[in-house]
Amino acid sequence: MTTTTAAHDDHGHHGPAKGIMRWILTTNHKDIGTMYLWFSFIMLLTGGVMALIIRAELFQPGMQLIEPEFFNQMTTMHGLIMVFGAIMPAFVGLANWMVPMMVGAPDMALPRMNNLSFWILPFAFGMLLLTLFSEAGAPNFGWTFYAPLSTTYAPSSVTYFIFGVHLMGISSIMGAINIVATILNMRAPGMTYMKMPLFVWTWFITAYLLIAVMPVLAGVVTMMLMDIHFGTSFFNAAGGGDPVLFQHLFWFFGHPEVYIMILPAFGIVSHIIPTFSRKPLFGYSSMVYATASIAFLSFIVWAHHMFTVGLPLVTELFFMYATMVIAIPTGVKVFNWVSTMFQGSLTFETPMLFAIAFVILFTIGGFSGLMLAIAPADFQYHDTYFVVAHFHYVLVPGALFAIIAGVYFWLPKWCGNYYDEFLGKLHFWLSFIGVNITFFPMHFIGLAGMPRRIPDYALQFADFNAVASVGAFIFGFSQLLFLYIVIKTIRSGKQATPEVWEGADGLEWTLPSPAPYHSFSEPPQVK
Amino acid sequence: MSSKPNVAKSAIKHLFVALAMFGFGFALVPLYDVFCEITGLNGKVTGTVEKVDYTVDTSRTVTVQLLASKNAEMPWRFMALQEQIDLHPGEWKQIGFWASNTTASDMVSQAVPSITPARAAEYVQKTECFCFQQQPLAAGESKQMNMVFTISPELPEDIQTVSMVYTLFDSTEFADPETVAKLN
Repeated sequence: MTTTTAAHDDHGHHGPAKGIMRWILTTNHKDIGTMYLWFSFIMLLTGGVMALIIRAELFQPGMQLIEPEFFNQMTTMHGLIMVFGAIMPAFVGLANWMVPMMVGAPDMALPRMNNLSFWILPFAFGMLLLTLFSEAGAPNFGWTFYAPLSTTYAPSSVTYFIFGVHLMGISSIMGAINIVATILNMRAPGMTYMKMPLFVWTWFITAYLLIAVMPVLAGVVTMMLMDIHFGTSFFNAAGGGDPVLFQHLFWFFGHPEVYIMILPAFGIVSHIIPTFSRKPLFGYSSMVYATASIAFLSFIVWAHHMFTVGLPLVTELFFMYATMVIAIPTGVKVFNWVSTMFQGSLTFETPMLFAIAFVILFTIGGFSGLMLAIAPADFQYHDTYFVVAHFHYVLVPGALFAIIAGVYFWLPKWCGNYYDEFLGKLHFWLSFIGVNITFFPMHFIGLAGMPRRIPDYALQFADFNAVASVGAFIFGFSQLLFLYIVIKTIRSGKQATPEVWEGADGLEWTLPSPAPYHSFSEPPQVK
Repeated sequence: MSSKPNVAKSAIKHLFVALAMFGFGFALVPLYDVFCEITGLNGKVTGTVEKVDYTVDTSRTVTVQLLASKNAEMPWRFMALQEQIDLHPGEWKQIGFWASNTTASDMVSQAVPSITPARAAEYVQKTECFCFQQQPLAAGESKQMNMVFTISPELPEDIQTVSMVYTLFDSTEFADPETVAKLN
């Protein structure tokens, strides 16, 4: 624990190049991971500002601040940016940093492709964000871009949106191929599949989901492009197409997509909870199998997003039961996390606080998901704030909390300094309180019937909306504290030990802190 | 465990999987249709059939409700000539809809059928339907559009009412040349 490692850092390896070209030309997995993480943080703040514009307008009934058209653009862009710009790149960034170090590889398998897959992203989102300044305005059809709203009735900026989605799809697929190639070929001698750390396992499965469904999304937007510009009728009934087909295709991508955004989070939490419980993870192999089952099931439940389009009874029943089955592997995971903590010697550092909040609040989001899975009940819940509450509970205190937990957990390894524990805890409590004040009331207004994506609402929803808006501002501004903590840690702080945490286990903790620019040039031996 | 050729091999292999999935996305377009036609899910009706002489099941009567509906952008008038008819399963009937192009320009329409309950869809047999082709109407013109159908005697006993909805779309933009030729 107390060994000083500064002396080991200098081996005369050539370090990073100097200046801006270091970041543009880099093929180093740590540099690229860092860029992914900063990019996703910028996107988090961008999407966050949009969320605050939405919440500011919804603070009171009636129209106060913005035009309804602009409100629609905000809900659409907020969703797109958070899903594709914040959550997904953050996980890719964490994978870039951690997967090579966890499997004992010197770098990612395809370092140049790694550089390309990152550098596509700023252009993709640049293109998407620039539509805000166009005459037609930004896309306004919701992040799910249902046709014909996104084809026949779309603003002309939709073409930029389509190319933006193409670019981020290419980036994600390349990133996923890279991760798969790394895990398949670059593991240290002795690291069998069932010895891989869980973050590596969950990312391995996530990468396969990405490879399978991102091309389908690319196909869907290509069909939209053809309908809009080349006179085809994939989604236009007048020409023999079918708008419901759009929803089938979109959700064939969309449901695996929501697991793409949560499986790596399961992996992160499965590292943090054992570390701060000072016990090995309970049920490692059941965790692996549960993750694989969730991934498989994600392909056969898509129509539970479409219960109200007029599906026949058999189909409704099939998708209802298939969806409910997902609760079993997910329940296994929650059980294993709780069992890991049981009789452990727990301490509550910031990563552990975020991880425990993840387990509790993600489970709440899972339960509201089960309620939505009940087909007859869904007719009441569909397109209300109850849905908004559900997916924000699984994505914000779910995916985002896990990412933040991962950042606190690994930050001392990345930059060699401990973060300020007091500020970290303050950040946690502000986020935890803020997130619940924001999203919990949405369950109630949703059940009472307030529709989503509406800039104005009936008077009886006023109180809960005001509460949610206050929570949103608390949550939003407390992320600036996170920014401050991260910058402060990079610049100064208590020198971190190689193990960083007392109960830490894994190859990444055998490296000095900060992790040297080139690590594991000689593969370590795994027993 | 690392070696360059292996890395390239897994990269190329997975790139092909991604390309195949792109193709699969497009393949899903006909696949969903085929799936719905085979299973009769979603109220998809089979196309033209040869006329079969069923033994008419006079022991029961099915009520067929006929509904005419229009897409929001379709300016025509469109209605069913009878709101409902009764038939014995196996008995062939002709029914008519009436459409009127109330605009000042020649237009082409396409009707999209749907059957409720969806379970009944596979038993509905049509030898002739205006929904099989695009229907042109010159400016101000009206016409009766017919459909000849039966419901096969295999229809489950518990279904006593079948609703058939036709939604009319403006297909002028997507008109095939033969249909346009009929206008002139």
